[in-house]
Amino acid sequence: MSRVTIPLTLAVCVLFMASLLIGPAGLGLRDSLTALWQGGDEPVAMVMRQIRLPRAILAMMIGASLGLAGAAMQGYLRNPLAEPGLIGVSGSAALGAVLAIQTGLAAAFTLGLPLAALAGALGGVVLVMGLAGPRGGALTLILAGIAISALAGALTSLVLNLSPNPFAANEIVFWMMGSLSDRSMVHVWLALPLMAIGWVLLGTLGRGLDALTLGEDAAGAMGISLSRMRRVLVIGTACVVGASTAVAGAIGFVGLVVPHVLRPLVGARPSRLLWASALGGAIMLLAADIAVRLILPSQDLKLGVLTAIVGAPVFLHLIFKTRKDGI
Amino acid sequence: MVGATVLIAAPPAVAEAPQRVVSINLCTDQLAMLLAGEGQLVSVSRIALDQRVSAMASEALHYVINAGRAEEVHVMRPDLVVAGVYTSRDTIAMLRRLGIEVVQFDIVKSLDQVRTRILEMGDALEQQEAARVLVARFDADLAALREEKGPLNDAPRAALYYANGYTSGENSLATDILHAAGLRNAPAEAGYDWGKLPLEILALIDPDLVITARRYPGGSRAEEVMDHPVVGALRGRGAALTDQDWVCGTPFVLRAIRDMVDARRSVDATKAEIGG
Repeated sequence: MSRVTIPLTLAVCVLFMASLLIGPAGLGLRDSLTALWQGGDEPVAMVMRQIRLPRAILAMMIGASLGLAGAAMQGYLRNPLAEPGLIGVSGSAALGAVLAIQTGLAAAFTLGLPLAALAGALGGVVLVMGLAGPRGGALTLILAGIAISALAGALTSLVLNLSPNPFAANEIVFWMMGSLSDRSMVHVWLALPLMAIGWVLLGTLGRGLDALTLGEDAAGAMGISLSRMRRVLVIGTACVVGASTAVAGAIGFVGLVVPHVLRPLVGARPSRLLWASALGGAIMLLAADIAVRLILPSQDLKLGVLTAIVGAPVFLHLIFKTRKDGI
Repeated sequence: MVGATVLIAAPPAVAEAPQRVVSINLCTDQLAMLLAGEGQLVSVSRIALDQRVSAMASEALHYVINAGRAEEVHVMRPDLVVAGVYTSRDTIAMLRRLGIEVVQFDIVKSLDQVRTRILEMGDALEQQEAARVLVARFDADLAALREEKGPLNDAPRAALYYANGYTSGENSLATDILHAAGLRNAPAEAGYDWGKLPLEILALIDPDLVITARRYPGGSRAEEVMDHPVVGALRGRGAALTDQDWVCGTPFVLRAIRDMVDARRSVDATKAEIGG
């Protein structure tokens, strides 16, 4: 328990409630909470339980997943630029999801969609970590990430353009930018199993990441197996990013910004940063999802637009810092 | 003097009927196929073959198919091209530069405009008589369908909910189809015109009948919204689909009205069951 946990948890709760209470239907506070609690077939209950609740839950789950994955990757590679969106893991997960939808795999069996996205994410994360090498130097990591992002993005666009469905091509922007509009509890159940596995896997990395701050040799002397950590990280990241992307598209920058902002607050201990980043990610995505509903309620503004507006300056700041440090 | 001579010498002002007509728009394709004389219509657009949007897909097989490009149309040496108002401006401009007469047809926003469009196509093809016959039959069939419906105030409330959550509001052919079938357009009455209808609002409107669009092959997220549990629950009370008969302002909208009359009857029957 660090001193940031309580304020972060409180912020998540407040934003979760706000997310439940904001929407085009403009329901009263009391009506909506009663309907949410009691359920039933009434229209207000349907709005609360089937439209707003899944949206808020998904924002929380996906934000937490992306924050956690970002913190774990940055800790393992000891590189503040590592982020699932930036290095192409989200993009390759989106490719897997799009392939599953267009080939009919997603319709064929329940978990087809998230598993295909998992396979895509796994491919992306294995490729990028293989290309970046064991130490994950900043330059090679970013170059590998750009290559994989570009390739995955191009293939996703190609698949959608080849689809016989006239709506598919317009959805390139959804898969690249992400959105939570009109999601249902079905999507929550679709994403939850894989995400839970990913959370557990990434959560076990804390001790190893702490040891790793002392250097690889010291960590080895403390009985930490680097190759085992690497496997857990790869599978855990692929699980959470795959499940997130399958239901909400590729949302970038959350895993970059959140650990960066929270790192000084947790005394730079990677194990604390993991859980703080999960909470921080949930805050960022809940806030972004509320903002898209307030700014352009009728336009389905994509989440990635907002996260990038916040995230890109942080990214630039990191680049300046890395340059100054001469890495 | 010279002018007068020309006037006398020239044939009467009645223009000769176009002999080689090419259509490059789905809706003009169908109107032209319905009205053209033997051999008068040479080619229709590729989309006319698509059963999902074309009500005359099998008829279209008898014509040369074009993809609506100026170059291929020019090669067919048409003396008239019929197109929609939203057909690519560049294509239309290019055809006119090549000296081909192009007549453009506006989109249809009401049942009344269906009659107008038929007559306009009749004028363009010089088939006024066929157009008048078609309009007369359309009017008679429409009147017969309208006779069956009750007063609109206690009619079932329907909601159109297409891919991406789009709906059609006032001043649309779809609303006229619903009204003719004795259904109210609930989102239109709630002030939603053509455009996105938020899912939350659809739930609150709580319609008796949800009309979604027929699917295309290959999935899309846009169409997935029609599977949302909220839409599913509403569809449980009454559901119908829009199909190729809704797309264009042709006499085929009568089939759409007939389908909606059937949907209304099943909603009425369910209501009576619950009421009794």
